[in-house]
Amino acid sequence: MSSDQKVDGGRRNLVLATAAVGGVATVATAVPFLASMAPSERAKAAGAPVEADVSKLAPGEMMRVEWRGKPVWIIHRTPEMLASLEKTESEVSDPQSQRPNQPEYAKNRYRSIKPEYLVVVGICTHLGCSPTDKFKAGAESGITSDWPGGFLCPCHGSTFDLAGRVYKNKPAPDNLEVPPHTYLSDTRILIGEDKKGA
Amino acid sequence: MANNKMTAMLQWVDERFPLTATWKAHLSEYYAPKNFNFWYFFGSLALLVLVIQIVTGIFLVMHYKPDASLNANGVPVAFASVEYIMRDVPWGWLIRYMHSTGASAFFVVVYLHMFRGLLYGSYRKPRELLWIFGMFIYLCLMAEAFFGYLLPWGQMSYWGAQVIVNLVSAIPVIGSDLGVWVRGDYVISDATLNRFFSFHVIAIPLVLLGLVFAHIIALHEVGSNNPDGIEIKKKKDPNTGIPLDGIPFHPYYTVKDIVGVVVFLMVFSVIVFFAPELGGYFLEYNNFIPADPLQTPPHIAPVWYFTPFYSILRANTINFFWVDAKLWGVIFMGLGVVILFFLPWLDRSPVKSIRYRGPIYKGALAIFVVAFLILGYLGMLAPTPGRTLVAQICTIIYFLFFFLMPWYTRIDKCKPVPDRVTK
Amino acid sequence: MKTMKKLLLAVLFAPLTVLAAGAELKLDRAPDKTRDVAALQNGAKLFVNYCLNCHGLSYMRYNRLRDLGLSEQQIRDNLMFTAEKVGEPMTIALRRPEAKEFFGAWPPDLSLIARARASEFGSGADWLYTYLRTFYRDPSRPTGWNNVVFENVGMPHALWELQGQQVMKDHKLTLVTKGTMTPEQYNDAVADLVSFLVYVGEPAAEWRKQIGIGVLLFLAVLLVVAYSLKREYWKDVH
Repeated sequence: MSSDQKVDGGRRNLVLATAAVGGVATVATAVPFLASMAPSERAKAAGAPVEADVSKLAPGEMMRVEWRGKPVWIIHRTPEMLASLEKTESEVSDPQSQRPNQPEYAKNRYRSIKPEYLVVVGICTHLGCSPTDKFKAGAESGITSDWPGGFLCPCHGSTFDLAGRVYKNKPAPDNLEVPPHTYLSDTRILIGEDKKGA
Repeated sequence: MANNKMTAMLQWVDERFPLTATWKAHLSEYYAPKNFNFWYFFGSLALLVLVIQIVTGIFLVMHYKPDASLNANGVPVAFASVEYIMRDVPWGWLIRYMHSTGASAFFVVVYLHMFRGLLYGSYRKPRELLWIFGMFIYLCLMAEAFFGYLLPWGQMSYWGAQVIVNLVSAIPVIGSDLGVWVRGDYVISDATLNRFFSFHVIAIPLVLLGLVFAHIIALHEVGSNNPDGIEIKKKKDPNTGIPLDGIPFHPYYTVKDIVGVVVFLMVFSVIVFFAPELGGYFLEYNNFIPADPLQTPPHIAPVWYFTPFYSILRANTINFFWVDAKLWGVIFMGLGVVILFFLPWLDRSPVKSIRYRGPIYKGALAIFVVAFLILGYLGMLAPTPGRTLVAQICTIIYFLFFFLMPWYTRIDKCKPVPDRVTK
Repeated sequence: MKTMKKLLLAVLFAPLTVLAAGAELKLDRAPDKTRDVAALQNGAKLFVNYCLNCHGLSYMRYNRLRDLGLSEQQIRDNLMFTAEKVGEPMTIALRRPEAKEFFGAWPPDLSLIARARASEFGSGADWLYTYLRTFYRDPSRPTGWNNVVFENVGMPHALWELQGQQVMKDHKLTLVTKGTMTPEQYNDAVADLVSFLVYVGEPAAEWRKQIGIGVLLFLAVLLVVAYSLKREYWKDVH
């Protein structure tokens, strides 16, 4: 600091060495503290994949499962419902779910592994409200007279079809998220994991 | 180029905030005696432990829950949240052990720091206020440790708090009402836990930080004492005005203190990583059992740093002057701490440092240290008649050391003090 | 200073006779098997089969048992009887009021028992090792069992089929009915179980010690550098 201080090569090297080793020590100390803010074992256990049994889910019905604190919907679609997806194809903004952040098996018209079962996270991609199901076709559902059935977000009016595909010119930017999931058997779905964990 | 920009930036700051001036006043042009020895490491180490406690504390509060109600497994939530930190939070065990070891380390370092003051007369004029600020810091530390110890909500936490809060009920007339008010309930309960949590994490730390600041400002105003007990400011270079026996704190004592810090961290790490319970002295075994208001553990003892005063509390077994033994115990315990505040005025020796004191003070200090250690040891054991007698003798020695100090320090045969500091 | 040290020593040791401790609790030394993976696995199995009916390990998650060299599938197949998910803690199905009715007390959670039972007489492991081997028949007790280190214990001897039955004769324990294990086998099994409980008391303990060695080595390097720096600067000070 002061001007009368000798400039000495050996001394400078020692200062640098101490600063370097001390710096490493400081960073190494910071690691556990920052890591402690990551999800704990409890949070991980609570966020672990959940199993859903769809054997009792009647066609046309929907069930809700909680995964990582989010509602996951499983809808057993009837042939009529599946047929309606063909009609909505031209009205939705991303019919083949080409946008990223979707598992491979969601990139099709039905957005599902098995056409009759839709598994989606029931949270609107706009600002996080949970849409309500409006499965009945027609104006009775309070939307439009040609409504083929789907979901309506009460917050800002985004609408989704029965594959969770968002309609064009709505606030929501993307289709409803399909969570990673896999079939353990014909009627048991594991939500949260693509492949059965080791 | 870069250097120029740095200078310009520094100037910009200095015109608005005394950055360079502060740096100079407290580090690069703060002149400390050049003869500091081993005992002078503990001030900077206390500061280090304070930082460790604050940082680990901040991270513990992210996961700890001050809640005495039972969870689904029948365990108090507070207790369970500590085990949650120990097992489920990534690296939580390390942060918790650093905090629990840090609590004891704080007292180790502070007791040694205070003993340094006794050795070299660091509380003597003109450092009386410096000493008093230090004493208040010590009081804060005791409060901090006491409040913090309830938080894990183990058996020792619970019954320790029970015993100590019941001390206020020794106060005549208002005692029992006061106890209820302190607890916020008729027993130590959730209300007590929450207020102790509040004191531990915010109230006392705020006061503590203010006091530490005042302690350092006072130190830098009067300058550091040294093992010779000589005022280095009395012998200055006539040209520069720099004390002849002084060296700038930075870099000389910063580089020296770094060595002290590393050695301390090595000892600290040995405990944290290899013996965090330290044989039951740093983490008491009974505290691994959740608090049970219906069952007192067979033997309760405070953590080691409180045991000397706890012994003094228990040593008093007789009623005299129409006041019962319990209240006298409390009074003596309080007095045992408060009397330290008066040290600057009790010591009448013509010299400060133990190096130039006569045999009487040396002997008195030695006996005092031994009595203090015995009191500390006894405080951890269950009382027996024999032990109580020893504790009573040591309590008397403890107080005689202070009460007789004005007399024996005056008649002691001191050696002449040199003009300049020695090696 | 010399006189001070002498005085210190003299006064320190004089009163030690007065301070001699009171009642002694004699504990057998538990063999330390906390690094023996096979022993820990066996201990876990014993715990799940004989203890977990009444005593939970409510801070211990099943999947943490991977520390013992088990895969999640092995844990699921061999150790999980009550839980659904492998991330769940090892709790018991028994509820508090029922337990009170059965045993007159709530069987304590054993997650921390190995740490809580430590005392000046020995480690928590020593206590548990002695305790589990010193049950004896006592018709005066409602359960028919008593224990040497835990007088009038509320728990019946859960491992009696393995150990057999002991009785207290002239202040000595004698085996009167043989169990399915020989005394040596039984001691081994208890040592495994106790080591498992020590592990459960602090699952991170081994990891902690390993990190500690690294930290100390690093600090040693820092010490060398910092000390050279200090020496370099203090050359100026005379």
